[in-house]
Amino acid sequence: MTHPSHHTAQPAPSPQGWRAAGPLHESDPRPLLSVQDLSKTYGAHIGCAGVSFDLYPGEVMGIVGESGSGKSTLLNCMAGHLVPDTGQVIFDTRADGPRDTVAMSEPERRMLGRTDWAFVHQHARDGLRMGVSAGGNVGERLMAVGARNYGRIRATAEDWLSRVEIDPGRIDDAPRTFSGGMQQRLQIARNLVTGPRLVFMDEPTGGLDVSVQARLLDLLRGLVRDMGLSAIIVTHDLAVVRLLADRLMVMKSGRVVEQGLTDQVLDDPQHGYTQLLVSSVLQV
Amino acid sequence: MTDDAYNFAYLDEQTKRMIRRAILKGLAIPGYQVPFASREMPMPYGWGTGGVQVSAAVLTPEDRFKVIDQGADDTTNAVSIRSFFERTAGVATTTKTTEATVIQTRHRIPETDLAEGQILVYQVPIPEPLRFLEPRETETRKMHSLEDYGLMHVKLYEDISRHGHIATSYAYPVMVEGRYVMDPSPIPKFDNPKLSGTAAIQLFGAGREQRIYALPPHTQVVSLDFEDHPFDPSKAPHPCGLCGAEDSYLDEVIVDDAGGRMFVCSDTDYCEARQAQGFRGKDAA
Amino acid sequence: MIEIEDLSKTFTLHNQGGAVIRVMEGAHLRVSPGTCVALTGASGAGKSTLMRMIYGNYLAERGSIRVAGVDVARAAPREIIRLRRETLGYVSQFLRVVPRVPTLDVVAEPLRAVGVEAGAARARAAELLTQLNIPETLWSLSPTTFSGGEQQRVNIARGFAHPYPVLLLDEPTASLDAKNREVVLSLIEAAKARGAAIVGIFHDAAARDRVCDRTVDVTGFTPGCAA
Repeated sequence: MTHPSHHTAQPAPSPQGWRAAGPLHESDPRPLLSVQDLSKTYGAHIGCAGVSFDLYPGEVMGIVGESGSGKSTLLNCMAGHLVPDTGQVIFDTRADGPRDTVAMSEPERRMLGRTDWAFVHQHARDGLRMGVSAGGNVGERLMAVGARNYGRIRATAEDWLSRVEIDPGRIDDAPRTFSGGMQQRLQIARNLVTGPRLVFMDEPTGGLDVSVQARLLDLLRGLVRDMGLSAIIVTHDLAVVRLLADRLMVMKSGRVVEQGLTDQVLDDPQHGYTQLLVSSVLQV
Repeated sequence: MTDDAYNFAYLDEQTKRMIRRAILKGLAIPGYQVPFASREMPMPYGWGTGGVQVSAAVLTPEDRFKVIDQGADDTTNAVSIRSFFERTAGVATTTKTTEATVIQTRHRIPETDLAEGQILVYQVPIPEPLRFLEPRETETRKMHSLEDYGLMHVKLYEDISRHGHIATSYAYPVMVEGRYVMDPSPIPKFDNPKLSGTAAIQLFGAGREQRIYALPPHTQVVSLDFEDHPFDPSKAPHPCGLCGAEDSYLDEVIVDDAGGRMFVCSDTDYCEARQAQGFRGKDAA
Repeated sequence: MIEIEDLSKTFTLHNQGGAVIRVMEGAHLRVSPGTCVALTGASGAGKSTLMRMIYGNYLAERGSIRVAGVDVARAAPREIIRLRRETLGYVSQFLRVVPRVPTLDVVAEPLRAVGVEAGAARARAAELLTQLNIPETLWSLSPTTFSGGEQQRVNIARGFAHPYPVLLLDEPTASLDAKNREVVLSLIEAAKARGAAIVGIFHDAAARDRVCDRTVDVTGFTPGCAA
């Protein structure tokens, strides 16, 4: 059958020339990220064990589990914040094709972290410089990869602030003066300004008021679609994955007990733990 | 005149060897901060112990030593350090830049161009240019090794957004040979252009922080800026009141209690040399 | 376009003593382009279940479900995602609403997902909403506050925004008045005319008879029933 993707219109490039990748390009046969048999133990305690999956460009993978399930350990191992005991995290780099990021040198991994990868922390203060202005926070990654024109950096920062629904007039204010939701949105802007291909998110809506969460999720949905991002989102909140994730992995005690399409896992759970999790959610 | 109770230039030979190794490494990697085992010196931290240790390690009995403190040879500290080396090394000393072979300086570069064979030793309080934005030493070391200097430009960005221009007026950060970002010590930004391409060896010593870094002769040193906010080595729009020089860095001197003031060259040797040649400023006696 | 062979489905409720509920066995179905097949059977017989299995929302225990050549029962998640984006549309009985998204954008979403630029997508969405008698004043509001019938019409508009070659419609005319029922039926007829293969569940016999070419009684696939 023909690939309709050849007939699609490309979305217009966003300002400053950062090209949005557009809709899913499944004509790419290679996974963007391939996690193979990833494990990390803390002595006798299993952090995560034997996790494997492939993530394709434009896919959003949710990882759910309760406290102690190992989801944060898994995320941190993938993102290079923790060193796994076994396994590979193979990322399809722009320059060199598929490379195992676990085996990469620290400088290479950090460069990846500044360009193609992004990490949205649960607490905005872990992902922002609280003493630097909003504009400086958003501009930092640009400056780190060589942007040297103040006017253009500032204009890009203003554009991104409005995209995450922060009044651009607050560009010179420090994040200390922002509400929790605004800080989180600023963190997202800061991460996405260099057009990364893969975003890791650790409980991005944790700790936020419900109405603020809704707004943030909405924003993330739009950005993921418009920028053709791939994302891995760790959360305990099933509503977040239903809204944002195409695929879902359920973790318990360090292991993946079930994975598949989000709506399938939530509507037709096979594993007993998943069934318990789904039935425990209060319907409002 | 050497006091026989001291080894030449105060430090023992093993220490001098250790410091020289650090200096050689610094010269081999311009702008890179080399850790060294800073010794207890007979002056407190913050009074130039780093500069003194570097000078002690490079001095030979044939050297001619000059010390300036904010450009002047005759401040208390400059005098103390000069007599320290007179006593422990017995070296000849001078106030003339052109006659010195080793010049130790606090917070200024001499106006006179330096020549091949001269060594300029800077006293450095905080060697790490990223320190005020990133307090963790572990992080700043990584940033240097990974050329992760986005934060440096963030500081300049913040300046412009707050003040409309880059407000840093001294200790202005520089990029050395396109690789390391360096703090040139608290010299006024006016002096920054002199760092680049000089024929002399430039050595930087931070005693309390235990770091040495260096610039070999003819090193490319560029002050950080933005394309649309280029580096400006600004100067007060006055000539020197004593010698009339238009191109030197000036000190502002209050002369009476009626608000009267005079601008004079900060580099005392430069000013005196010009006056000896017959140049006169409007306030010259 | 749709070929279902020997399809079976079982639910195992681990938290209820491991109770096993066999809901389907040996299901067969073929739907050609340009035709509409109605699933019939008593409530709980498995109509929605079958539809959800075609969509990939429910897993199959055994058998194959070929939609435009892709075996949904076996395909990788990303293949199903692509199928749902470009080929297979599903209008469920309930509109799952994301708060804050305006109605016009809810309807335009499937077109945006296949790369149609925003202006054109919204224009098409506007056409459909007008056809379905949703007043323009409501287009900038989120459907969360709409009545059941209005939500259903938004749901339908979204389902027909992108010309899917395969459509699954679960009670598309429920809670609609005569005028709007008529609009929906003509949308279905137009889809058939352009070659779509449609599977529908219609409570309303008149609607069913109007647009469907044949019926399939799912009771025949329920285990324990004689064929």
